[in-house]
Amino acid sequence: MQKNINQGNKDTRSGFGEALFELGKSSENVVALCADLTGSLKMDKFAGAFPDRFFQTGIAEANMMGIAAGLAIGGKIPFTGTFANFSTGRVYDQIRQSVAYSNKNVKICASHAGITLGEDGATHQIMEDIGLMKMLPNMVVINPCDFNQTRAATIASANHCGPVYLRFGRPKVPNFTPPDQKFEIGKAIVLKEGRDVSIFATGHLVWKALEAGEILFQKGIDAEIINLPTIKPLDGDSIMASILKTRCAVTAEEHQIFGGLGESISGLLARNFPTPLEMVGMYDLFGQSGTPAELLEKFGMGTNDIVSAVELVTARKHH
Amino acid sequence: MLLFFTFRIKINFYNFVTLIYLEMNYIKKHTIDELADLAISIRKDVVRALKVAGSGHLGGSLGLADVFTVLYFNRMRHNPDNPAWPDRDRLILSIGHVAPVFYTALAHAGYFPIDELQTLRKLGSRLQGHPGRDHHLPGIELSAGSLGQGLSVAVGMALAAKMDNADWKVYTIHGDGELQEGSIWEAAMSAAHHKLDSLIALVDSNKVQIDGRVSDVMEIEPLAEKWRSFGWAVFECDGNSIGGLVETYQKAEKISGKPSVIIAHTLMGKGVKSIEGDYRWHGRAPNAKESEDFIREIEG
Repeated sequence: MQKNINQGNKDTRSGFGEALFELGKSSENVVALCADLTGSLKMDKFAGAFPDRFFQTGIAEANMMGIAAGLAIGGKIPFTGTFANFSTGRVYDQIRQSVAYSNKNVKICASHAGITLGEDGATHQIMEDIGLMKMLPNMVVINPCDFNQTRAATIASANHCGPVYLRFGRPKVPNFTPPDQKFEIGKAIVLKEGRDVSIFATGHLVWKALEAGEILFQKGIDAEIINLPTIKPLDGDSIMASILKTRCAVTAEEHQIFGGLGESISGLLARNFPTPLEMVGMYDLFGQSGTPAELLEKFGMGTNDIVSAVELVTARKHH
Repeated sequence: MLLFFTFRIKINFYNFVTLIYLEMNYIKKHTIDELADLAISIRKDVVRALKVAGSGHLGGSLGLADVFTVLYFNRMRHNPDNPAWPDRDRLILSIGHVAPVFYTALAHAGYFPIDELQTLRKLGSRLQGHPGRDHHLPGIELSAGSLGQGLSVAVGMALAAKMDNADWKVYTIHGDGELQEGSIWEAAMSAAHHKLDSLIALVDSNKVQIDGRVSDVMEIEPLAEKWRSFGWAVFECDGNSIGGLVETYQKAEKISGKPSVIIAHTLMGKGVKSIEGDYRWHGRAPNAKESEDFIREIEG
């Protein structure tokens, strides 16, 4: 069991940038594309070191996705970079046909996902991207929780043959997973064992789940906290193993409750072992401007919201 | 041919033997007369396949029969016995709805048996209504159907070839109506920016689309000027003239420092006099009686 100690706040996008640079050094075939957001995506280190393998596409995301598919046909491993909003909804048809249906080895790397994008407001705060991507056959969906995990997930994506959607964010958040971790696509990670409730969390809300776990412990509730960095394929075995022990679940994610991790888990449970479940996420609303912390609080995705959800679901537990 | 061998000699003997095998099997350049005969056979098989399928796009498929014949039997370097040959020239069909003529050309080239054309659009067939990579039909690089995507993919392929100093080319086929999609122009801009002279696009200029004449639906002219202003070398030819197409492709292949586009003026339904130019045949398949008549018309 790992210790979950904050090694210092860092942004997940920098974990991506660092890994991309490392991949550039280790593999000649890794190429990167960016639609005018090189600095925001932390791709500048790769772009500076490997100018012949970096393609600036300008503000033309649809073209970028197609070019990436073409580079994959030419034997390259392309990583595209732009905000999550422009990585998914804007180019859905390109991804669907030229990447997913064509089964091209393209890594769609999306930064500034979720409400914690903050002050720019709802136009840029996409909360639907996991749903859009997980519905596509052939697509792997990964939403890492901190700098170290994003770094490891980026490297794992390069080693996976096929389309991957890799989602990360803008703010500096606690970096608490091991620096030397090996990321396994499709594997859940038990952060804390417990017997009263399973908290399944992904992305920035994993740290919030750990904080909630401590509060709950004070209240006499022993929560099992499981990090699900891969949303598709879903680690059904780990989820079921935990549920058979705790008999109730809370999901936590920075995403709409429709189409996210919570929906995937609720479907799994409904099909296999109907279990009381509460979802912490965005309840069918668009966001607004504010700081990341304010917004998580306002829209019900803070530490206290996870605590409340646990209290609600443990009360509903079948005895 | 001998020069070609020498050029490709690698130190590894096994590779050398494999390469000789590959080179010997790649499709020879057919003469103009042979191409004309092939185009007739391809048109007839397109009609037959669509009759059995009961649905599909006849007009555009017949209009493009000469282009596909020229590409697969004269211009492209490819080997049906080894569809994944790294040095092959690539074709990106951006208008997936003319799949019938694409499949027929692939079958005649030897990628799969001609009989398989009879499975077009049937459950379980590798010949999907629009080309699908998922169904493992040899010779297909990309799934296509939703318009406006192929040129971007071709740009990526040409970039990959450039990075590897490879000499293979990327040919694309677009519809004139398809140029109404904005993503085409994003791709056009990027191809010129990267000076992709290994990229040769062709616009099937048949002047019609589903809802009618292109000029009525949404004017795309002045087309040559548009491409030129985007930094492309522009050629125009009769897209139903085998000789004209061969000659124009030869010119485009010699261009250096920029991508080329061939605006090929074609007739929808070409080869079947009674339906030539009729946009109602964009998305129709012939019934048994029509198919017999059409084949007779094609035979002339």
